[in-house]
Amino acid sequence: MEANSPTTAAASASAPGNLAEIRNYTMNFGPQHPSAHGVLRLVLELDGEAIQKADPHIGLLHRGTEKLAESKPFNQSIGYMDRLDYVSMMCSEHAYVLAIERLLGITPPERAQYIRVMFDEITRILNHLMWLGAHALDIGAMTVFLLCFKEREELMDVYEAVSGTRMHATYYRPGGVYRDLPESMPKYQVSKWRSAKEVERLNETRSGSMLDFIDAFAERFPAAVADYETLLTDNRIWKQRTVNIGVVSPERAMALGFSGPMLRGSGVEWDLRKKQPYEVYDRMDFDIPIGTNGDCYDRYLVRVEELRQSTRIVRQCVDWLRKHPGPVMIDDRKMRPPSREHMKSDMESLIHHFKFFTEGYEVPLGETYAAVEAPKGEFGIYLVSDGANKPYRLKCRAPGFAHLAALEEMVRGHMLADVVAVIGTQDIVFGEVDR
Amino acid sequence: MEQTTDQPAAAGAGIEALAHTIEGLVRGVTRLPSPAHELAYRVEPARLLEVCRALRDTPELRFEMLMDVAGVDFLQFGREDWLTTGATRSGFSRAREMNAPPDPDMAGRFAVVYQLLSITHNARLRLRVVCPDTREPIVDSLVEIWPGANWFEREAFDLFGILFRGHPDLRRILTDYGFIGHPFRKDFPLIGNVETRYDPEKKRVVYEPVSIVPRVLAPKVIRHDNRYEPALTAPELPR
Repeated sequence: MEANSPTTAAASASAPGNLAEIRNYTMNFGPQHPSAHGVLRLVLELDGEAIQKADPHIGLLHRGTEKLAESKPFNQSIGYMDRLDYVSMMCSEHAYVLAIERLLGITPPERAQYIRVMFDEITRILNHLMWLGAHALDIGAMTVFLLCFKEREELMDVYEAVSGTRMHATYYRPGGVYRDLPESMPKYQVSKWRSAKEVERLNETRSGSMLDFIDAFAERFPAAVADYETLLTDNRIWKQRTVNIGVVSPERAMALGFSGPMLRGSGVEWDLRKKQPYEVYDRMDFDIPIGTNGDCYDRYLVRVEELRQSTRIVRQCVDWLRKHPGPVMIDDRKMRPPSREHMKSDMESLIHHFKFFTEGYEVPLGETYAAVEAPKGEFGIYLVSDGANKPYRLKCRAPGFAHLAALEEMVRGHMLADVVAVIGTQDIVFGEVDR
Repeated sequence: MEQTTDQPAAAGAGIEALAHTIEGLVRGVTRLPSPAHELAYRVEPARLLEVCRALRDTPELRFEMLMDVAGVDFLQFGREDWLTTGATRSGFSRAREMNAPPDPDMAGRFAVVYQLLSITHNARLRLRVVCPDTREPIVDSLVEIWPGANWFEREAFDLFGILFRGHPDLRRILTDYGFIGHPFRKDFPLIGNVETRYDPEKKRVVYEPVSIVPRVLAPKVIRHDNRYEPALTAPELPR
């Protein structure tokens, strides 16, 4: 890996007396390449195997989310937020509902805030597990992928138990969350693929409430993280593929608008959960890991440590939520539909229900920018309202967009195979980059 | 950890102190109304570069990061689809008659909004610059000051047709190759202008005018709400 510095490559190309004609290759990478993480088309200019230029072509997954949101009442766009960064669903929802709440000037009940923090951290674990598995697979380690997905599936069940869907939860609402945590977890059943004995083992942690299940997960998850680390952290091949690849200095990282692990990997101590805490993050006890070299390896270490820190936060939330039952939605009839019971017996409630789900609520004139520390970095929502029941302008600030913009700078002079490592380390998801 | 405990209390006072510093050091900015704990300024287009340089380089400010650039089209700002105030007396109509469509050349139609972040001082700032000419909306590019602005400005160009003077590579970014128009403008239909399908005779994908009719599923309604009265009567509304 050290032999691929751009100077040696350029020198051999321009050395006098070379018989063969040496010219640059232009190569198309993606959009259907498995390590392009979705639909990235990269136009690469190569000198031998060293990258001279990399021009990412994005937009193949552009769905116009922001414009669609302008045509719908506020609550109907929550589901679109899940589909932006489709591996860290609830974090994008969080920024959106925070922006609406700031314009309305409402605060969700304390329990809802704890639930949000817990699910933000579960989402972070989900995202980092997906990232770790895919990144390791991209640069040659198959086992990690399978191990990560085993744990990830458990958390997907938590998503499903609380919202009804595995991925696109639409669980957060302006003013709280859709419903309280369930008292039971879905269980495996005996089938021709699963014996009674195996089902009993799988259901062991599922007999109690959802909080029990999450607690049991948080109990054993650090051991799983240690397993991943055993496979990778001191692995010679892993280090050869990541150390000194895609180095970004802290000054440059800030100038390029990096955020999240990309910024922390370069050694900038910046985490919105600590520095500009939202919800109840100021009551949580956790550490921010930072890197020193700003290479792919440091960013890997940062994310793995974040898995542990997120588990810590989840456990603190579980403890609090066990002791403090209460409402999970603001008691404001402008913001929440009437209960099912009222709706069936009371005409005004029926009208209220109808108006709430068709017209929605009006958000006062103004503009705001709400940012959360999503797993990939700062996910922000800039929201302009003209006092109507729909957003006038919604802009999603996706962390991956700023990171991908710096791809060319990060891969220039590296080898072709390192492009894959850099795409992996940026944790690119096209749902949020293309919007 | 020690910073986090006093954060919310310090934020409100911090905003005013920051506003005081900015107004003392930077010229050509007017404060805009914003929710508590947020600070927003309108910048004169001619002074944008000068203001941004000052914001980044002055030691008391040090906004070293540009987090976001958003184009905004104010063409239909405050125009509802459904009248509500008068309708209580006269009965509801299905929808409001749009007797006069807004003038696409109206002054101040396009604006660019920047979100700045100072890591040194843990502060955020929002800047808005209104494009002086609506027919050819153009503002100075900030790529020189924050290299991260590159793609964000390309996006604003692609979606709104706002041009950035001095941008090194102002190409479309999110729309298809050969796309016509700027889709996030308010006069661009939500369903688009063209649709694609595979033509078995020509054996290739063809573009055709859209065959579906645009319709409004949920009309835009602006209701007078006494709770938000102070916001409605604020002298400097956000545009």
